[in-house]
Amino acid sequence: MKKDKSAKPVAKPSEGLMDQKLSRRDMLRLTGVGGLGLLLGGTGAGSIIAARKASEPAPAALAANADTIPFYGSHQSGILTPAQNFIVFAAFDLTTTKLAEVKQLLEAWTTAAAALTSGSLIGNVNDNPNLPPSDTGEADGLSPSKCTLTFGVGPAFFDGRFGLASKRPSTFADLPAFAGDALEPQWCGGDLCVQACADDLQVAFHAIRNLARIARGTAVLRWTQEGFQRTGGADPKGGTPRNLLGFKDGTGNPDVTDAAAMQEIVWSGSGDGPAWMNGGTYMAVRRVQLRVEVWDRSPLSDQENTFGRYRQSGAPIGAKDEFADLNLEAKDAAGRPVVPPNSHSALSHGDGSVKILRRSYSYSSGMNLKTGQLDAGLLFISFQKDLVKQFVSIQQRLAKSDMLNEYILHTGSAVFACFPGVREGGYIGETLLG
Amino acid sequence: MKFNYAIPTGLLVASILFTGCASNDNNNNNNSGNEAAAASSSNAANAPASTTAPAAADLTSAIEQYRNYVIEQCDAFVKMTESFTTAVKAGQLEEAKALYAPSRMHYERIEPIAEALGDLDPNIDARENDVDPADWRGFHKIEQALWQNGTTDGMSEVADQLLKDAQLLRAKVETTDIDATLLVTGAVGLLNEVSSSKVTGEEERYSHTDLYDFVANVEGAQKIYELLKPELAKKDPALDQTIGERFTALLNELAPFKSGDGYVSYETLKEDEIRKLSQNLDALAEPLSNMGTILGV
Repeated sequence: MKKDKSAKPVAKPSEGLMDQKLSRRDMLRLTGVGGLGLLLGGTGAGSIIAARKASEPAPAALAANADTIPFYGSHQSGILTPAQNFIVFAAFDLTTTKLAEVKQLLEAWTTAAAALTSGSLIGNVNDNPNLPPSDTGEADGLSPSKCTLTFGVGPAFFDGRFGLASKRPSTFADLPAFAGDALEPQWCGGDLCVQACADDLQVAFHAIRNLARIARGTAVLRWTQEGFQRTGGADPKGGTPRNLLGFKDGTGNPDVTDAAAMQEIVWSGSGDGPAWMNGGTYMAVRRVQLRVEVWDRSPLSDQENTFGRYRQSGAPIGAKDEFADLNLEAKDAAGRPVVPPNSHSALSHGDGSVKILRRSYSYSSGMNLKTGQLDAGLLFISFQKDLVKQFVSIQQRLAKSDMLNEYILHTGSAVFACFPGVREGGYIGETLLG
Repeated sequence: MKFNYAIPTGLLVASILFTGCASNDNNNNNNSGNEAAAASSSNAANAPASTTAPAAADLTSAIEQYRNYVIEQCDAFVKMTESFTTAVKAGQLEEAKALYAPSRMHYERIEPIAEALGDLDPNIDARENDVDPADWRGFHKIEQALWQNGTTDGMSEVADQLLKDAQLLRAKVETTDIDATLLVTGAVGLLNEVSSSKVTGEEERYSHTDLYDFVANVEGAQKIYELLKPELAKKDPALDQTIGERFTALLNELAPFKSGDGYVSYETLKEDEIRKLSQNLDALAEPLSNMGTILGV
């Protein structure tokens, strides 16, 4: 019994024949070689041809503008790209055991990603009344909204299934257990990941939905998480975004416009590991639940000591400016450190020699049905050229003694090797699978 | 970015033939990954990758064979329903329970046809909250009595009515128009049925015999695929191959749940088993939804 009780009209194939749609390029090509022109001249059918929605403004797709982030390049976008307003993150598991099918999937994803990031419809079957459209359509007419799609493979990709065990970078493995971890399998791991970011949530969702659709039969969704930041519209000056604990998050991030720093911190280069990762980077993902109700009952001074920063200005305790150096040597009159040594900022900073590029988003996943409390938190994402030397060493310090641990719970964890960028005509992961 | 123009299809086909151009390039996606064309048929969003001028296949023979299949299933359905309703009326609770799911399988195999026949589908197959309480009749009303109430009491009239409805269905299919579109969309329609109610265990909420319906829907879709296969193989061999492989994968996934002549209770399925069945179903339904390619453009 169908759920929808309304009588299902059986579409007649003849319907829609009169409004068969042609792209402008087809029109030009056809008329250019005389085929259509000749026919039209002979039939007088010219009046049938009418521009569809002639008043429609040119969609942003063709206008190269600030709303488009190039998909092709030496590095993948969505890494150094200033964080867009929204993220839809998806981890996939491969259901195929054939490497050729994995390659086909990555080729098809590449083609789709080029369309998705430029605001074009996916595929070439969007006007046939007898077939489901190849693009699901909810982003039709929307601007690309700075959509970026970033692809990677997890450590599991290098198990026995595809004969690629020897290609695994030597330090690339699931993260070690950290003190206090409360990981739930449904938020962990994955053979593949796609990080879709955009200034519009519908655009980002559309990307993941269509990539998951293309993957059917080859890969299935393992877990997904949506996230957000304050929008550009709400913060036109583009200040450091605040996390859901009310504190500025990302003040100490390295400067993405400093190419030398990015080479040192983010990009895997020759000599750093296998050649297929040259120009790529490693992503750490942690789904961190925030106990917002508990946090909201803490006095401001406790909150500020926990972070080691002032809430309002974001400046380190004892300083005035948000971007002032974190002075961990400073002592107060009683000889105690001004910035508590176990504060989140102090421990993250360490001796300052190890840095990562953070690109996190907040998430809100409704209500925890068991407690009636908000299910909210941080989808922590960082990029670094060496997970062990960078992310793991910092996280070990934090897990052991961060004052913030009282208010947070790490529920999800995954790492991905994000491929180098794609040249036009190539495909994502070509350096590994080609 | 699309500038679209409307022109009659006859003209379009003629023009393409004139110019000898492939129709593969009619979008503005700047698709430079030509390798992806090879993958397109197994990836629904890109299929089909036909490069010939589209023309509808002759499906007359497939439609005729399908009508025979429908009639055959309907004959079996009426026969089984008669045994089932007889048991219900005779108060044979266990006998009725045993006949319930196998009878329904014949119906589930041809559900798209029944759905095209007005009120017959709700009369035979409505669940409790699908229709006004006063109008509720058919299989699921008896299902509730047998499993939830543990009795056949009060079901005599419902049983009589159900048999009449089944016989009416059999009479109507003889003359029902089955067009090519119904056939093509019917296959994926059957899988959508599974996707929206059977795989979630909502169809057989008292008897938990959902897997019988699941299998029957898949078998019904497979029958249509087999009838269309010759045309499909001509038009898009890669799509045909993908569909064939994924039917096999789904049926393999279902095989462990066979129990005797039937299937295990939905209640015994573990969460990850249900998810895997659902994902295999989606993996099949996606390319199957592109069988319409044989209808031309």
